Amino acid sequence: MKNNVIEIDHLSTYFYTEEGAVKAVNDVSLRIREGETVCIVGESGCGKSVTAMSIMGLVEEPSGKVVDGRIHFEGRDLLRIDKHELRQIRGNDIAMIFQEPMSSLNPVLTIGMQVMEPLMEHQKLSKKEARKRAIELVELVGISRPEQIVDSYPHELSGGMLQRIMIAIAISCNPKLLIADEPTTALDVTIQAQILDMLRQIKEESNTSILLITHDLGVVAEIADYVIVMYSGKIVEEGDVVELFEHPLHPYTQGLLRSKPIIGQRQDELYSIPGQVPNPLELKESCYFYDRCEHCMSICRTQQPVLHSRAGRQKVACWLYEEGVSHG
Amino acid sequence: MSTYLMRRLMYMILILLGASLLIFLLYAMMPGDFVTNNFKLPAERKAELREIYGLNKPVLERYMNWMNNAFHGNFGFSLSQQKPVLTLFNDYIWNSFLLAITSTFFTWLLAVVIGVVAAYKQYSWFDTMVMIFIFAAMSIPSFFIGLFLIKIMAVDLKWLPPGGMLVTGSNATGMEYIKEVVHHMFLPVVVMTLLGVGSLTRYFRSNMLDVIRQDFIRTARAKGMKERVVLYRHALRNAMLPAITLIGFELPGLFGGSLIIEKIFNWPGIGQLYMQSFTVRDYPLLMGFTMFIAILTVIGTLISDILYHVADPRVKL
Repeated sequence: MKNNVIEIDHLSTYFYTEEGAVKAVNDVSLRIREGETVCIVGESGCGKSVTAMSIMGLVEEPSGKVVDGRIHFEGRDLLRIDKHELRQIRGNDIAMIFQEPMSSLNPVLTIGMQVMEPLMEHQKLSKKEARKRAIELVELVGISRPEQIVDSYPHELSGGMLQRIMIAIAISCNPKLLIADEPTTALDVTIQAQILDMLRQIKEESNTSILLITHDLGVVAEIADYVIVMYSGKIVEEGDVVELFEHPLHPYTQGLLRSKPIIGQRQDELYSIPGQVPNPLELKESCYFYDRCEHCMSICRTQQPVLHSRAGRQKVACWLYEEGVSHG
Repeated sequence: MSTYLMRRLMYMILILLGASLLIFLLYAMMPGDFVTNNFKLPAERKAELREIYGLNKPVLERYMNWMNNAFHGNFGFSLSQQKPVLTLFNDYIWNSFLLAITSTFFTWLLAVVIGVVAAYKQYSWFDTMVMIFIFAAMSIPSFFIGLFLIKIMAVDLKWLPPGGMLVTGSNATGMEYIKEVVHHMFLPVVVMTLLGVGSLTRYFRSNMLDVIRQDFIRTARAKGMKERVVLYRHALRNAMLPAITLIGFELPGLFGGSLIIEKIFNWPGIGQLYMQSFTVRDYPLLMGFTMFIAILTVIGTLISDILYHVADPRVKL
């Protein structure tokens, strides 16, 4: 049994709007093991990015706030350490890659400077050493002419190259956990595959754990070891990737898998889950998926199902699998 | 870059030629001149004077003369002061410049620091206080603040002199002279800074607010950079970009003097000279000064563009 790199217990992050509090992340618990790739899947607004931001301590205050939970990382609770300590973990032990490479790099600083910054901050390298290391890192992420690239500015590179630079920055201090928030969404399909290959390579070579956030099930199938499905701020199902793809339990997971196009099969119309994501301000005590669910029962409307273990590592939060619930 | 500069230089010359024509025509076509102003002169003496000053020649010829002299570094001769215009400028402009450069320096310094902190702590009590103060400072007219401060600081408390640049009849030299000038310029600089700092602070605050919401700021934080580095290296540099254009536009203001402030504090600056010349229709001096400001404006714009290129790698010249 491998050790857990990070353990998140009962994390809740709320955003306070004029109309009320939005429970963006609602009692989420998850574990990531050493060298494991965990994917969080879900539609826009399901709280997957906010989960990542909460780990990094980057939730925008005062509109958003982590209200409850624990994030255990190397014997410390990230939610309860001071800012200084958290800052030393960010970019060093836990690094993050974002969705939009084009806007994630500072337009007025050179690429080299931006790669060098964490090296000088965390590894205490001198400017000269950091530059040398930056060139190596840029080369490592598969960019040719690294000496010239480090002196160029973000607007001179393509989106795919910028995302490689972001990866170079993220792995510069050999993090134990790499969080990638939809790293391929803004890129061309061919570039997507290259970026995913690179993530997989990093994981294999340095045994880095990866938390990948995506809405793309294709990406999940390709790279994940373990999958977490989120809906309206809650985990509805989780499990090893093979189990989950072969035996999805939650109707939402089943729907997601059905709406994935299958190569070689032409359908007139792609399946889509009927209805829409509920308004996060109007959530009541119920299964949040009930009005879109084809198996909806009376209990689903009034009581929230709890995440319970099923076979293997698979867990599901659905009344269909609870004992003693009348299926009617 | 060099072809850009050549092209810009061509444009500058064209713009200045157009400006000179406009400036000259406006003053030349205004009814009356320096000679009409003096009611005591008999008609034949007036005609004689016009002959001497060349005021009876056709407008175009006068313009050509003016331009010809200007190209030879002669911006005309002040009729009321009986001195070359450039000599007069040299006598007065540096006094104005001293006030302007000092107050501009403090204005920018305060605006950047307050703007950054206010943006960083948006809606905090500090931010609210700053905004209230800014609107107050922006809405009170300069003559009111000026006179009010003179009343308090100079008349009631007698801490600072009410006006002028030196104590009347002073012949201080060296450090004594400098101390005296600093003592006298304190109040006008405070008033000018108060008036300028409001809009600039608001400008920096809103630029900063735009920038700190950007993705790359989040990236910088995610890299574990210190907040100070995030703010000043990552955010401020980007927030400063639009402000750099303003630096160029400050140039004419640095030399242009301030009519009201100089009047209130009886500061021997170019603004006062300008007002005096206006009342006696000393057109050569007025034209020379307006042209001088036009030249500074054009140069200031060029400086802005070049600075923009230096600060933002995305701007190609």
